[in-house]
Amino acid sequence: MTTSDQASGISTTMRDDTRGLLGKARTYGILAVILILVIFNFFRIWNTISNTATFVESGTVQQEYIRSLNQALNVNLTQVATIVIVGVGMTLVIATGGIDLSVGAIMAIAGQIAPLIFLGSIGQRFGMGVTNTLAIIVPLIVSSAVGLFNGFMVTQLRFQPIIATLVVYIGGRGIAQVLTNGYLQVFRNPGFQYLALGRPLGIPTQVYIMFAVVILADLLVRRTSFGQYVLSIGGNERAARLAGVPVNRVKTAVYVISGFLCGIAGLIVVAINSASDANLNGLNIELDAIAAVAVGGTPLSGGIATIWGTLLGALFIQLARFTLISIGVPYEFALVVNAAIILTAVYLQRQRSS
Amino acid sequence: MTSNDVLLEMKDILKVFPGIVAVDHANMQISRGEVHALVGENGAGKSTMIKILTGAYIRDGGKITFDGQDVEYRTPQQAQENGISTIYQEINLVPLRSVAENILMGREPTRYGLLDWKRLNTEANRILVQMGIEIDVTKPLADYNIAIQQMVAIARAVSFKSKLVVMDEPTSSLDDHEVHILFETIRRLKAEGVSVIFITHRLDELFVICDRITIMRDGKTIETRDISSITKLELVSKMLGKELGQVRRSGATSFEIKEVGPDAEMVLELDQAKNSPVLQDVSLNVRKGEIVGLAGLLGSGRSEAARAIFGADPIREGQMRWDGKPVSFLSTRDAIDVGMGYCPEDRKAEGVVPFLSVRENLTLAALPRLTHKGIINRDKQKQIVDQFIKMLGIKLSSPDQKIRELSGGNQQKVLLARWLCMNPQLLILDEPTRGIDVGAKGEIQKIISGLADEGVGVLMITSEMEELTEGSHRVFVMRDRRTVTELSREEISQDAIMDAMAHGESENNVEVQS
Repeated sequence: MTTSDQASGISTTMRDDTRGLLGKARTYGILAVILILVIFNFFRIWNTISNTATFVESGTVQQEYIRSLNQALNVNLTQVATIVIVGVGMTLVIATGGIDLSVGAIMAIAGQIAPLIFLGSIGQRFGMGVTNTLAIIVPLIVSSAVGLFNGFMVTQLRFQPIIATLVVYIGGRGIAQVLTNGYLQVFRNPGFQYLALGRPLGIPTQVYIMFAVVILADLLVRRTSFGQYVLSIGGNERAARLAGVPVNRVKTAVYVISGFLCGIAGLIVVAINSASDANLNGLNIELDAIAAVAVGGTPLSGGIATIWGTLLGALFIQLARFTLISIGVPYEFALVVNAAIILTAVYLQRQRSS
Repeated sequence: MTSNDVLLEMKDILKVFPGIVAVDHANMQISRGEVHALVGENGAGKSTMIKILTGAYIRDGGKITFDGQDVEYRTPQQAQENGISTIYQEINLVPLRSVAENILMGREPTRYGLLDWKRLNTEANRILVQMGIEIDVTKPLADYNIAIQQMVAIARAVSFKSKLVVMDEPTSSLDDHEVHILFETIRRLKAEGVSVIFITHRLDELFVICDRITIMRDGKTIETRDISSITKLELVSKMLGKELGQVRRSGATSFEIKEVGPDAEMVLELDQAKNSPVLQDVSLNVRKGEIVGLAGLLGSGRSEAARAIFGADPIREGQMRWDGKPVSFLSTRDAIDVGMGYCPEDRKAEGVVPFLSVRENLTLAALPRLTHKGIINRDKQKQIVDQFIKMLGIKLSSPDQKIRELSGGNQQKVLLARWLCMNPQLLILDEPTRGIDVGAKGEIQKIISGLADEGVGVLMITSEMEELTEGSHRVFVMRDRRTVTELSREEISQDAIMDAMAHGESENNVEVQS
């Protein structure tokens, strides 16, 4: 059937052109929509301030305006940071053709371990510096290990990724709760909480972490052989194997990376809250992360990884949600609109891969 | 033969796909109680014929008469209800349900609206016993081996009161004993007046079980014959469309090969390699600077041999030597590291990574050499990519173009370059010119000869007779998953190759059993 292959080859090429256009339209489309949302919020906040202003001096109004803008920016960046950090790991996993449902559970585990360390006996034995370092490193090692377990199940036990990570999704949160017998851990630890409450140059620490993760992951995808292997496995696993790509090792590694990043996100969340709650830390974040990946233009079938797209996707979802709620749309309705956004993105996705 | 004996008549069947005539005015006639073979090489149109018959495809022309009536089935279900059952290569039953459920699926006996398990099981058991099979019908189908699963599929077909059972390569995953059981079943069906259309690539089986044979080639039915009136050699020559006694080396390809002395070093030697059931006994060798052809009909095990050599599949018995030293590869990486490359037959499924660019596809295997501390050296990469694009004449708009936008010939050149940039000592090429237009074909043949000139050993699997006769220093012929003949440069001829394909010597023939 070689001739028919050639015939279909021609038609795919023709479709490729439209696909490229659609792809571009979507990337720029998201950027444009984000920009519109940002501008809208500038005006909205200005309106609110000037309407409620009881100040006489115009300078004070401007100061108040800048303060409000800054606050809105920080709220959005803070909330989006964990989704982006988790979403980057998710992007890599999805690029290999897998999926990671266990992200929220891993966040909960990491978030439980950190206070156990600095509230426990270790904290009393060592100085605060050592303790806080341990309180960051140990959870990250543990969450990477959970990622390793995911990778082991996928590559060695040949579980489907959705099942393997579902196992950890279910069990992981249980383990997190058992760690403290289900008790909430409340604390005040400025050193550790600098992760989330620090404001170098007035911007929250986790925003720096978020951008660092995005930039490193983007370089990883575009500049390293590892990134090439990830894409080739997702694009055509059999071809990759025949070209000598260490398929199992690379697949395992993406789950480890995902686990590591979830660890970071989990620590940020407990640092923000001054409390670690194994029930709520990272709850439902896998859905936001997958949505961000999908909206960002990484096909769920693998082979492509748009790291910056995931950042845009997360920002977009976050801004849409923030805007809707701040103009007074009820939360329930905002959820529906969010769903519509994801629906549209997935629809475009389907157009692209069909 | 009176017209009453004819069960099925397919006349002037036409099926056109965009850009290709898949079945071109083909004819086939099946008698009642006959086992009828349908044979042909890849793309001959066998499957399309069957799919038209069973309603999976709608024909564009022609007439089908079944059991005295003109028919045009729209779905396989409709065909089945009317007495035509199909058993596919991959068994399409439900592995986790019980044997009984599988046999009676869709017609389960019920009682008060609930499944009547007792009747279900007795009924299924009765059907199987009739076929001489006694197994526990309450166990899941997956607990049984493929042969039994196939029997269950046949039992299901028979229980539909089928008048015609179509079997598409039913023996491809069976061992000799299981084939024997299958043949017993076919004989029983025949005795009951059921007709069977049997598709297989194993020639020996045809002569054991079939009454008549229809040969297809390029969408046309070439001939229908009594099996007793045709020799294997004649059959092979008709399947391939090559007359016996044609002159060899006619200049139909662009190969230009030079002599390689017998003292040239062996780069690869394979001794009685086995990986049952896909490989039975494979021995071959390649010298430096030599193009060794690997011939055989579809299903003879050529590609499986290539995969085993390259470390993609295991070699369970026998020995492989590389540069004279025994080796065994655990992965393709091991094979690549010693200096081997492999271009698979199915470029789309196993060669190209469609979303990646030409640059990325070309250097996929070479990445470990292009990276320092994990970072790809872009300059080095670009230099290699540009060099090979120029050397092989790859036509593209930019190295960053996605590979799937390239034509088949250019894709194949990129895949060749993927290995050439590794300076391999041995290249395994599986159908290197399939699906490529004539111009690019010639260019690729020239590239292959050029490689051999530079001392690279090439193991070339090809179905094109001319590539074997004109492009090979030596040819090994495989038949029924064994290498059966080695032909030297002087011995290579179409006749010799076809003769070996048809009845090259091998020890454990299926024929022995009956």
